[in-house]
Amino acid sequence: MNATPRMPRGRVLLGLLGLVYLSTIVAGFIAPVDPATQNRDFPFAPPTRLHFVDAERGVYLRPFVYRLTPDAGTFGEYAEDRSRIYPVRFLVRGAPYRVIGLFASDLHLFGTDSPSGLFLMGSDSFGRDQFSRFLHGGQISLFAGLLGAALSLGVGVVLGGLAGFYGTWIDQAIMRTAEIFLAVPWFYLLFAVRMALPLEMPPAQAFLMVLAVIGLAGWSRPALLVRGVVLSAKQRDYVVAARGLGATDAHLLRRHVLPQVMGIALTQAALLAPQYTLAEVTLSFFGLGVSEPVPSWGNMLATLQRYDVLSSYWWMFVPGIALILVFLLYYSLADVFHQRAAAF
Amino acid sequence: MIGYYAAVRYLCRRLGQGLLVLFAVSALSFALAETAPGSIVDELRLNPRISPATIAAMRDRYGLDESLPEKYLHWLQSIWRRDFGYSVIYQGPVAPLLWPRVRNTLLLTVTATALAWLVALVVGAWAASRKGQWPDRLTAAGTTILLSVPDLLLGLLLLLLAVRTGYFPTGGLASVGFDELGTLEKLGDLGAHLFLPVTGLMLIELPTLARHVRASLIEVLQAPFIQAARATGISEQRLLVRHALRAAANPLIALFGLSVAGLLSASLVIEAVMSWPGLGLLLLEAVGARDLHLVVAAVTCSTILLIAGNLLADALLYLADPRVRPQQA
Repeated sequence: MNATPRMPRGRVLLGLLGLVYLSTIVAGFIAPVDPATQNRDFPFAPPTRLHFVDAERGVYLRPFVYRLTPDAGTFGEYAEDRSRIYPVRFLVRGAPYRVIGLFASDLHLFGTDSPSGLFLMGSDSFGRDQFSRFLHGGQISLFAGLLGAALSLGVGVVLGGLAGFYGTWIDQAIMRTAEIFLAVPWFYLLFAVRMALPLEMPPAQAFLMVLAVIGLAGWSRPALLVRGVVLSAKQRDYVVAARGLGATDAHLLRRHVLPQVMGIALTQAALLAPQYTLAEVTLSFFGLGVSEPVPSWGNMLATLQRYDVLSSYWWMFVPGIALILVFLLYYSLADVFHQRAAAF
Repeated sequence: MIGYYAAVRYLCRRLGQGLLVLFAVSALSFALAETAPGSIVDELRLNPRISPATIAAMRDRYGLDESLPEKYLHWLQSIWRRDFGYSVIYQGPVAPLLWPRVRNTLLLTVTATALAWLVALVVGAWAASRKGQWPDRLTAAGTTILLSVPDLLLGLLLLLLAVRTGYFPTGGLASVGFDELGTLEKLGDLGAHLFLPVTGLMLIELPTLARHVRASLIEVLQAPFIQAARATGISEQRLLVRHALRAAANPLIALFGLSVAGLLSASLVIEAVMSWPGLGLLLLEAVGARDLHLVVAAVTCSTILLIAGNLLADALLYLADPRVRPQQA
């Protein structure tokens, strides 16, 4: 549309998305505290202000914070105690954590000695650090979307491929089943599938459960699309010619059919990942997904069901705003993939 | 006459397919709900004041010890009795719970869809007639942003607006003392309660619709007959409304059929966030309480609504475009 020099948009978008996912993987390092640590003296503390200038001590290059004190006489408001400054320290030792459950460490990107802590994005009703919960919650919500998309696409490609390539009764059986799944509105289907699993389960299981629910509920649309692509690919002259020359099914699939499927699969992945992230968020929002104390963007947003929280503490909206940005990235990426697949 | 006959036959075939799908969906949701561990009497068993005999009687009454096909058969029989099974949380037959919920969901979705189409047609036509100029770019930016706001968040933001301003009721269907109001006041009260969920649902639907209206109008506006019409000197407005929109109706009606599923899905979220007592909220309650028959009935009902929406789109297409008639028979 605009005349600026063409950037490889796909790569930029992929890079940005990769950065987002990476930062949630290393959430333990970036987050200053453990996401479950409660600080009950500071419920709903606003984002801690970073200062560079102190009235008496002058200007600092390193940001510092003041200690928060509950404001006397008011309820739920805080004041800064300016008698002492607490510099923000980088690469400090703190609460132990693991990265992808493997690498144990206690090194954190930043931290402070302030007794009231450093709430970069405020704190929630239990005084837990919203920023740490946001990063750890993103790990769950974003990867539920990505892995869910991979799962349902995998199933969709296999089943849709089988149906399109072999036809006959296989096609009939798979497509009739897919139609049943497509006949139910998405969220109704999601909750119906959710019904098949126990209401309460430990977090790790709950995450796998959400993945399974998403995969089982979502395989039919990709299967339908892949079947269409395979059907049309099968009838192209060069595929018919290759078959005539004695190519095996496996060769035809690998050489001629799969490359065409890849284009549509990538576009689908970029559309499904945000949709499934939203599915996890919605399930957890309504208490049917990953549950407290483990954070997910869904159960973090669930606090907003309280009207006092909704109207008073804007920083509780942070996961929602992050969702918008991630969606924008994904939709732009889907656009790029779509154009590339159309050109193919 | 032949066209009429073919249409009836086509409609009957679609209805038959719909019934088959409904049957399959109910069986699927039944099987899913039934594989769930635990049952409704599990919690009662922990209560020392309820004797094992009572529990055994309850197991018998709800048919908990039957096999899956037996249970499903019994549920199918309950459809024949028109009670759609037994709801444990509401302690009664499911059917009377269902109808008001379906009515509320229809009220919400139909109003929102009508408004969304109205706005989408205006905005889409505006953008299409000024392709590449600022109205077009503004629409593109606006729809992109709206598309990226998750349904859940949109609902919460609207609630925030309502709580902050205090202009709109923030949930439910009617105010306290609704029955004592006069007819006009009742309508006003209903309208006030409808405002937030309808706005939410409309904003969710709008971006997709507006984009498609714009795209199909742009395609039509390049057609030779539009050039010819323009050459006769009719006004741009008349050209757009009378000629271009009519020609663009076809893909838009198809879009309507395709969008019903998303609409119902979004409605569930909006209903739950704004506590609008519709089908979606009922399903959420039922899943949370593991109320088997209620879940199956709610899911099946949503499928009926979806199929009905698609049939409506088919009928509209049939009415709007004479060209599709012979092929469909």
